Amino acid sequence: MDRIRKIETNASKEELDTVMDLVREQLESADCPMKAQMQTELAVEEVFVNIANYAYQSGSGKVVVTTGFQSDPLTFVIVFEDNGIPYDPLKNDDPDITLSAEERPIGGLGIFLVKKNMDDVFYEYRDGKNILTLKKSL
Amino acid sequence: MTINKTKKEDQLTVAVEGRIDTVTSPELEGALKDSMGDAEKLVIDLKDVDYISSAGLRVLLGAHKTMSRKGGLKIINAADSIMEIFEVTGFSDILDIG
Repeated sequence: MDRIRKIETNASKEELDTVMDLVREQLESADCPMKAQMQTELAVEEVFVNIANYAYQSGSGKVVVTTGFQSDPLTFVIVFEDNGIPYDPLKNDDPDITLSAEERPIGGLGIFLVKKNMDDVFYEYRDGKNILTLKKSL
Repeated sequence: MTINKTKKEDQLTVAVEGRIDTVTSPELEGALKDSMGDAEKLVIDLKDVDYISSAGLRVLLGAHKTMSRKGGLKIINAADSIMEIFEVTGFSDILDIG
């Protein structure tokens, strides 16, 4: 991976823009098409907000976000690491998108949108950390 | 985010401008709650919205549920990028999109 950028922020929704600014700068530097940029921003928001809401039961903790590019084919990579409770978001069943409005639970759509908008998403728990990696072909 | 409300007889039109994300969606939710009470029909105009995340979808679903007991909610002017999100999540089958 090259052009690597890394930030550490509080796992808090107030920091969403900090993470988004990093992602935007990186994508703009790669002349990313608008559609791929929107899809990537969406996935990043959903993952970051999930971590902010659920990773730390004590209420506060850190998230490390690392971004960079792989070549052949050009791929944008985003890695989220937190020290919160072990949680694999990919293990949840996808929501039933055929349910009527009344039957629909409020929620469960975030990770589904991540899977749908990214080319590759994988989770590992290593050295006491949740590590979620997203890849988007540009 | 900018929210403009127009009331014409019993129909309320809420035009949204900007991004509907985790940070801004509570503002939209609040604006809708404040005004859904005295509207029979609700129209949400997404002409100037180029981004919506699951937080925004939740607000639209909530508004749809509230208005289904009355004259309904209609979404208008959704851009292609927003329509794709509606389609992938099945919202295009739930919401009245025109």
